[in-house]
Amino acid sequence: MTEAIYFDNNATTRIADEVREAMAPYLDRLYGNPHSMHTFGELAGRAVNTAREQVAHLLGCRPEEIIFTSCGTESNNTAILSALETRPDKDHIVTTRVEHPAVGGLCRKLSEQGLAGKRWRLTELPVDGEGMLSLPDVGNAIDGATAAVSVMWANNETGVVFPVERIGGMCRDKGVLFHTDAVQAVGKIPVNLSELPIDMLSLSGHKLHAPKGIGALYVRGGVRFSPLLIGGHQERNRRGGTEAVPNIVALGKAAELAAGRMEDERTRVRAMRDRLERELLARCPDARVNGHRESRLPNTANISFEYVEGESILLMLDAHGICASSGSACTSGSLEPSHVMRAMGVPYTAAHGSLRMSLSVYNTEAEVDRVIEVLPPIIRRLRDISPFGRRAPAERT
Amino acid sequence: MWDYTDKVMEHFLRPKYAGEIENPDLDATVGNITCGDALRIMLKLDDAGRIADARFQTFGCASAIASSDALIELILGKTVDEAAEVTNDDIAEYLGGLPEQKLHCSVLGMEALQKAIAQYRGEKFELADEGEIVCHCFGVTDKLIEKVIGEHGLQTVEEVTNYTKAGGGCGACHGRIREIIAEVRGRVAEAEAAGGQDPRRLTNVQRMRMIEQTLDTEIRPAVRRDGGDVELVDVIGPEVQIAFRGNCAWCRTREFTADGFIGEKLREQVDPEITVEDVSEQLPGI
Repeated sequence: MTEAIYFDNNATTRIADEVREAMAPYLDRLYGNPHSMHTFGELAGRAVNTAREQVAHLLGCRPEEIIFTSCGTESNNTAILSALETRPDKDHIVTTRVEHPAVGGLCRKLSEQGLAGKRWRLTELPVDGEGMLSLPDVGNAIDGATAAVSVMWANNETGVVFPVERIGGMCRDKGVLFHTDAVQAVGKIPVNLSELPIDMLSLSGHKLHAPKGIGALYVRGGVRFSPLLIGGHQERNRRGGTEAVPNIVALGKAAELAAGRMEDERTRVRAMRDRLERELLARCPDARVNGHRESRLPNTANISFEYVEGESILLMLDAHGICASSGSACTSGSLEPSHVMRAMGVPYTAAHGSLRMSLSVYNTEAEVDRVIEVLPPIIRRLRDISPFGRRAPAERT
Repeated sequence: MWDYTDKVMEHFLRPKYAGEIENPDLDATVGNITCGDALRIMLKLDDAGRIADARFQTFGCASAIASSDALIELILGKTVDEAAEVTNDDIAEYLGGLPEQKLHCSVLGMEALQKAIAQYRGEKFELADEGEIVCHCFGVTDKLIEKVIGEHGLQTVEEVTNYTKAGGGCGACHGRIREIIAEVRGRVAEAEAAGGQDPRRLTNVQRMRMIEQTLDTEIRPAVRRDGGDVELVDVIGPEVQIAFRGNCAWCRTREFTADGFIGEKLREQVDPEITVEDVSEQLPGI
């Protein structure tokens, strides 16, 4: 797999060399517990503090507003459950139909099964054909009993970026807590929490070239909070459990790198993505881009190829050493296409043939060339095998 | 990632029979594009009624394409009546197995074949054209669901979904699927109570299961009392091959026990045609 072309960076990313080097000593001789009363512990404690400053710097917030967690899912679960627990008089959650399951699945469970004898009403906001939310919908959904609004910053499948500043503003006006799952946004687009009406924000290390097993939750100073993991005094009593020092150091370093690479992401990565998309659409008839063309992450291309099935595309690409992902039913183990494609009203014929390619700063123009060369013949081949061919099914009798 | 066998990947990446035939004698399409998989098979028959040429077109995942290619491989050169005996198990087996959640791909192949054969015989295609639609998400009829439950001894909604996709969408039909499972199992139990004379032919998997069951409940307890054991080695047509273990391995009355005691039980419980062969000597490790 040394020559693999990795276009699946919204799934996970390679660990940056600098990150691996930064964390290595903490997997080796610097194994102290940050809370121990000896130099050994102090060295680890200092490293955690530095990492907290690095993450805070990337997000434009204060270090004490950062809680390290084990992953994006833990951050999302902590944020939502904390918001509900600290607002016992409220019983309503607002979110969207295109959230990651770490938000969507939890909210649905809270509304269908409830927790501790209480059930919450759930409003899942729809999106339009381009995967975009309507702002008036957000405003209309909030009522006097709304405990929290949780809307993702950027969608993992389409890369569509939601207007979190406007949504946060509405929430603030109405006195409702606003949480955003920014797992796909952090590291790819600028985030400056000092200027944004956001109360809580989740991020995940392995999406920005840190290892798996580390996440963070931003909780704005002054926002009421209730921890998910009850244990020791770590993270100022907000997350029990001994700090995963090597992973925290890694996340800190990755945050520092991301700040320096944002410009490359905004210019070079975007140009590669745009060229990839343009060339593939020019070479493959009956193909379309899923998601808003402007309000979108610079790295993500989601293209539907009609009359072919996504898993087949992926496995044929894989045979050429190219890694991508699909919203088709067959790849997920479920039998229906992704909930994001369905929420957008993408026709099933196109949803089954959706292909997501997500780039990173490690990708090159030569790799883009290679995919442009390899993918169109794969689509042609699968259409030759397909009974629907290049003609619309309606044209067949 | 799915755990596909090399054989599945081979037939997916280099299918031998993908394409179309001009003026096929039989031409059947099952599934549809909205459901995520569809298969069209085209057959050309020779004067003797043998399948002389066959091609497929498939919209679907790797296992759907591989299952289609395997189906054609299995039926080429056969008469239509011989081809009618090919089951989805044969397809899955030919491919060295399919992931559980992909078994419906092999069922799709079986359905297409059944539909083509119905055309040939001028009959209705029972699995889709008759019966009521149970799963509206994937357009699956009670006929198909009954068939797979009966043939594979399915017991849960999840298993039915793996074989037919029914119930894999909105989930509204789960109650009805549970009812059908109960109905079919009720009928099987009745037939068994009536003396094991189930009028329907057993599939190999069913036979194998029933033989194992009979060995377990009727025979093993008896031989184990004597410090022995009996192992099912193979089933070839009506011949059931077994091997004796433990004390039974040295027992002189073994031959008598094999076709006598064991054979009798199996003929009674499973199939009156069964003969039992003792192959203990041919196997290592006794």
